[in-house]
Amino acid sequence: MLGKNRAIYPGEKVLLALSGGPASSSMLRQVQEGLSRETAKKLRFIPGIIYVDEGAVCGQSLAERGETLLQMETILQASGFPYHLAHLEEVFDLPSSILQRAPHNPAGPKNSYKEAVEGFIHQQRREEDGSPSLPERQIQEKLTEVSLRDVPRMEGLATPEARLLAAVRTEQLIQLFGSVKTLTAKEELLQTLRNHLILHTARTQEYSKVMMGDSCTRLAVKLLTNLSLGRGASLAMDTGFSDDRHGDVVVVRPMREYSAKEIAFYNHLFGVPTVFTPALDTKALEKASIHRVIERFLYGLQAEFPSTVSTVYRTGEKLSTTPGDAGPAAEPERCLLCLCALDTNVEDGSALQAILVSEQLSQQKLPAASPAGRGCCPGAEEKRGCCMNTTGPGADARANILSLLCYGCRLTIKDTICLESLPLYVRSEAERRKHRAAMKLEIQEFLLEDEAVTPGES
Amino acid sequence: PKRGGAELLFDGVKKHQVTLPCQPEPWDIRNLLKWIKQNLLKERPELFIQGDTVRPGILVLINDADWELMGELDYKLQDQDNVVFISTLHGG
Repeated sequence: MLGKNRAIYPGEKVLLALSGGPASSSMLRQVQEGLSRETAKKLRFIPGIIYVDEGAVCGQSLAERGETLLQMETILQASGFPYHLAHLEEVFDLPSSILQRAPHNPAGPKNSYKEAVEGFIHQQRREEDGSPSLPERQIQEKLTEVSLRDVPRMEGLATPEARLLAAVRTEQLIQLFGSVKTLTAKEELLQTLRNHLILHTARTQEYSKVMMGDSCTRLAVKLLTNLSLGRGASLAMDTGFSDDRHGDVVVVRPMREYSAKEIAFYNHLFGVPTVFTPALDTKALEKASIHRVIERFLYGLQAEFPSTVSTVYRTGEKLSTTPGDAGPAAEPERCLLCLCALDTNVEDGSALQAILVSEQLSQQKLPAASPAGRGCCPGAEEKRGCCMNTTGPGADARANILSLLCYGCRLTIKDTICLESLPLYVRSEAERRKHRAAMKLEIQEFLLEDEAVTPGES
Repeated sequence: PKRGGAELLFDGVKKHQVTLPCQPEPWDIRNLLKWIKQNLLKERPELFIQGDTVRPGILVLINDADWELMGELDYKLQDQDNVVFISTLHGG
């Protein structure tokens, strides 16, 4: 799969996203196998692993999370690769640069893929006399780093301040998810935040690729779910083999051709260890979220018609991203949260315009004097200053953020009651973009227009 | 230790060594499922069993072989048979 796509060059640093579940655990085992093989098809990149602890959001106690982490660490250490443990709480400390697409640093552009592989093999043969091969040596170096790395914050916290900060962050996280009304929106938000955190680790630790363990079954569910969520415009990127929306770090999905059943059999027969953690929708009701409904639909259909999942998958494979059709001058605007190209140009007669019009018509204006009850934002004397209001200063903040989002992310934010509980990096990036847009408007008439302006634009 | 998720419905117990009571009807998977529903399932039966059979998404292995090869619900249990239920609903 990797060879066919020629996406990963030899010697590249690749971050494996491990959730503890069957698909990503299987991916880890196969990477281990691939790296140790002596054949010509041996994998040649330098792996690292990241595990994100989401226990706070899923209602787990500190003790339960600690136990899960211990189990995960056993697996991580047994792999022999350098690993990073991250807690979802760390999203509150992310920089706003996460939401900006970075320029692509091509890994081995000078050589073609074939030359890069040959060069790598030659280099390896030269080092073969006695000394360990290049990846092994680098891994050993990383292991010494890892043993000096900070212990995850939940255990062995040195100072009371650190413990207090961790508790505050956990509280903030619980509050954020508490202010999201629907399970669907919670799941979407969780995925978004998790992806930002993984991206951040990849950038700071200089990984140029991230491997996700999405199985064929998972991606088929994701495809239909995203269609239902209004994310049709980004389907190719969300379910394709490689996803380069962030620019410098590319996300690849090598497990996308294996069905969940195949992975389960593989894990059972080869004794691949997995760690089960309850997710947001564990034991939820059937129709609790769109994800659940689609999952049930697909699995149910699959039981009677075993080609269902692969048919959905193959249809998805036919989707491809259109390359940007304009030069650097006309960089498409990107969604604040998911970094897909914005699909919300409201043209006459578009479906989006129809939705917005009917929304406005059916909305009742809020009365100026709201009933008693505190707003969710501290410091707002009356409810007027709170972000919950659809009129007044709070409404501006909400409208501002909504205008920066693609349709799918708008639905998630619409279900979020308190925008103030969003992490700082999201809010500050929204502010920054608003100021830039305002500034651009002011100096618009002084800007020299490019000759290559598409006809029809003013 | 491997934990797949399905054990959540069985009080967290992963492995069950069971001795099925003697009865005139032969023990096949269909009856085994009924027995499990009555005696082992602690909560939310609809997450494990749907009608006569297991919920879509739950794999059944009989002695490490896919139950589809063994006759599914009609397979007659032998002494010392090993039946494994794997939930594929929790992704990876």
